[in-house]
Amino acid sequence: MSDPMSYNGGTVLAMNGKNCCAIASDLRFGVNNIFVGRMHRIFPVGKKILVGYSGLASDCQTLNETIQLQTNLYSLREGRQISPHALTNLISTDLYEHRFGPLFVEPIVCGLDEKNEPYVCGADLLGCLSKPTDFIVSGTGMEMMMGACESFWRPDMEPEELLEVISQCFLAGLDRDALSGWGCVVHVITPTHTRTVYLKSRQD
Amino acid sequence: MAEHEYSFSLTTFSPTGKLVQIEHALAAVGSGGTSLGIKARNGVVLVTEKKMPSILVDETSIQKVQLLSDNIGCVYSGVGPDARVLVRKGRKEAEVYGTTFGEPMPTGQQARYLASVMQEFTQSGGVRPFGVSLLVAGFDPAGEPQLFQVDPSGSYWRWKAAAIGKGMVNCKTFLEKRFNPDMDIEDAIHIAILTLKEVFDGEMTKSNIEVGVIREDRVFRNLTPDEIQDYLQEGDI
Repeated sequence: MSDPMSYNGGTVLAMNGKNCCAIASDLRFGVNNIFVGRMHRIFPVGKKILVGYSGLASDCQTLNETIQLQTNLYSLREGRQISPHALTNLISTDLYEHRFGPLFVEPIVCGLDEKNEPYVCGADLLGCLSKPTDFIVSGTGMEMMMGACESFWRPDMEPEELLEVISQCFLAGLDRDALSGWGCVVHVITPTHTRTVYLKSRQD
Repeated sequence: MAEHEYSFSLTTFSPTGKLVQIEHALAAVGSGGTSLGIKARNGVVLVTEKKMPSILVDETSIQKVQLLSDNIGCVYSGVGPDARVLVRKGRKEAEVYGTTFGEPMPTGQQARYLASVMQEFTQSGGVRPFGVSLLVAGFDPAGEPQLFQVDPSGSYWRWKAAAIGKGMVNCKTFLEKRFNPDMDIEDAIHIAILTLKEVFDGEMTKSNIEVGVIREDRVFRNLTPDEIQDYLQEGDI
């Protein structure tokens, strides 16, 4: 069997800005080199957090469902929304619980915390966290996108600039990855609202 | 073999709709040493009397005000060994919460958890209810100090100032007169000790009471006998 992490393809990218953050993903759902259809891989958790999942599509959906279940119960129990920090820890715990039969997912949490400070954090398939101050990428297009992000990311970007930078970086990386593409979606989270933009990209 | 198949809950409704076992448990609490807590503007204090059955007992080996986690403390009135079970379960839950979410367990969650444990013991087979009431002190995630009381029935409430155990009624009357929501934690400690003195038999010393405090640093701490001595002297007790 081929590598589960690149079986369906797909890439997720998240970036920090100034009092805002953004997350982008492609929409392709394939089986190895064959295009099958489109799917979303970014889902909201509460009002100001989005989680993007890359890896095996079925495991992405399973992890999302367990996270939705647990965060819904959390907010009923505690009467407040889960913080991005607590959510990341929860995801890490859930992933490590499957240490010897892992979910083939590399999730990325992107959101604003209680003080509206941007929070971006990624995990590998075993739940090892990496919390950068700038940006984080996961998925089949990771290597391509990393270079573009390293060149174009700047500290303290405003929402408009952040949208432009994350879009250009994502599209640049996307064109170099055969397993990602077929359009992409970008979300920019600000304290007041979340803006969602669909980008056209190569449809092949 | 046969006994296992008929493991009834002892807490069965009486024809009048009461659960008498729970009322007996409350009676056990009512005969336990007095404990009280006061919520101040910037912290919470818990105080309890520590009466020994004989002067020969080494009182330093007994601790009634205990930590559930760094940021939550509790005190009990009633059957000591029962409280130990709850403290052990509460500590474990706080630790699990901390490792799962990477954040300290909120006081309200801890109180809710302990209450659910106590409720379970009013409905399960082969067990009896806990003979203790707990006062749980800490801060909520929004930074407000909080004081909870948890009862053997599994009910729990938030209090501004609360008392449990033998001297509960007198303490509450005293606290109703003295309580002021704007008071500082230092004043609260003095008032708490003063309230306990109202119902205290004999002389109050640094070794026959216990005091636990959580201040704005959100670290729950037991006062040392010497620190208690200072408060006793300042209060002229």
